[in-house]
Amino acid sequence: MTEAAVCPVHHERDHPLHPPTGFAEAVSGGPVKMVWPNGVEAWVVSSYAGVRQVLSDPRFSTRKGGQPEMRTDEGEAVLDPDQPGNINGIDGAEHMRLRRPLSRGFMVKRMNELRPRIQQIVDEHLDAMEAKGAPADLVSSLCLPLPSLVIAELLGVPPEHQELFQATAGDLFGKNGSKDEYLAHATKLAEVLTPIVAEKKAAGTTDDMIGLMANDTDFSMDELIFLCIGLLAAGHETTSNFLGLFTLHLFEKPDQLEVLRRDPGRADVVVEELMRYTVGQLGGPGLTRRATEDVEVDGVLIKAGDWVSVSLMANLDEALCPRAEELDLERDAVSHLGFGFGPHQCLGANLARAELQIGLRTLFERFPNLRPAVPVTEMRYRNDMITYGAAEIPVVW
Amino acid sequence: MRQNATVRIDQARCIGSGQCVLAAPDVFDQSDDDGLGLVLIAEPPAELLPAVRDAVDRCPAQVVTLEE
Ligand code: HEM
Ligand code: SF4
Repeated sequence: MTEAAVCPVHHERDHPLHPPTGFAEAVSGGPVKMVWPNGVEAWVVSSYAGVRQVLSDPRFSTRKGGQPEMRTDEGEAVLDPDQPGNINGIDGAEHMRLRRPLSRGFMVKRMNELRPRIQQIVDEHLDAMEAKGAPADLVSSLCLPLPSLVIAELLGVPPEHQELFQATAGDLFGKNGSKDEYLAHATKLAEVLTPIVAEKKAAGTTDDMIGLMANDTDFSMDELIFLCIGLLAAGHETTSNFLGLFTLHLFEKPDQLEVLRRDPGRADVVVEELMRYTVGQLGGPGLTRRATEDVEVDGVLIKAGDWVSVSLMANLDEALCPRAEELDLERDAVSHLGFGFGPHQCLGANLARAELQIGLRTLFERFPNLRPAVPVTEMRYRNDMITYGAAEIPVVW
Repeated sequence: MRQNATVRIDQARCIGSGQCVLAAPDVFDQSDDDGLGLVLIAEPPAELLPAVRDAVDRCPAQVVTLEE
């Protein structure tokens, strides 16, 4: 039997808010093999049931090394597969050992206690934006500073270091950099973090994330430092990009924006639907796993050792909800895959939710006439590694 | 007479995500000690069952069960 031609992964989009051109057609009809810029082939799974299966079946490992790279160029992986504290690259009991103690710090209750402080940060940044006057760049005025300030406070990074954190965290995983560049940024962060961690260890405090990890777990110093770096980076660009992308989708769909304006109290449900839709519309391949045994997914036999990349375009599968390709802010929250699924589901999901709900709601309450200063299709977008988003969102009000 | 519906969490595989709390806040909580999911009402009344089914569906570790 001759092998079918393997279609290359690419990231060019006809419209900046919709999936890479031809991607939906290429993956419809079940898992297909694609080839990555770094030459590695992987099965792309994009059905709702298939993605849930791959992300929750222990026969798919998240351990990396030689994988199809998430980055959009042909560069090599920046992370060492044996990096201590890399919570996203280990399975089973090893993963639970790191994940369990962190869950406490991101509990729904704890995130709700943070809401007044998140509101205060949002208010201060929107005050500053208003004072400077239109036009303003929403990304630098709100989207970027909000998550980085919140995560730095949650971790317990003293205010004098927060600027450095903000600057470095974005460079770390947010760019298609070389391994050397990555190491230089990580070393710089580690140098700042080490004395902070040592201080909290000596004081024995557990009232912030660093204290909790330092004093109430069996984590090694190397694990602690990398977990802090990982949390800073993971909580930074993702939330920021999504706050921007949500706003852009609403600009493109005034009838939907009207739903939020009419009933800002529904911001929680609105954010779930925006999350479902936005992640789905990003399309493209995404989270990677490797089969450790032969497993059938959506009728295709995936062999032990094969790489699999799940596409969260599964959020647009009719198996999840009717008219799944439409943004409908009046719909009840559905079980979407925007934060992943299975044991590695986003640790910071409840934090991201709180920031997105408060950020979006307050933005349109404060500036009911907020609108883009240039067409959404003419804004500049960044597409590096794991992140996709608008580099700048010029707005007027 | 119809048996009551029973909710359980298999804590051994719970990752403390709190999705159950978001889906059905009256039925679930997270432990202050370790963040793991807790069942507050083991035999929830009929009107809470849709939210519990939602929690079963949303639990990322698939450890919430509802026996009806
Ligand atoms: C809108 C914002 C966010 C999105 C869309 C998002 C998305 C995701 C997704 C899809 C995963 C699953 C990765 C996989 O299965 O391999 C994940 C994992 C993770 N996220 Fe997020 N995330 C966001 C915000 C955050 C925040 C604010 C934090 C932390 C402060 C965070 C920390 C993490 C961590 C630590 C993991 C790895 C968990 C593990 O492997 O056990 N994320 N995120
Ligand atoms: S949703 Fe599942 S994994 Fe999350 S806390 Fe509840 S039982 Fe645990």
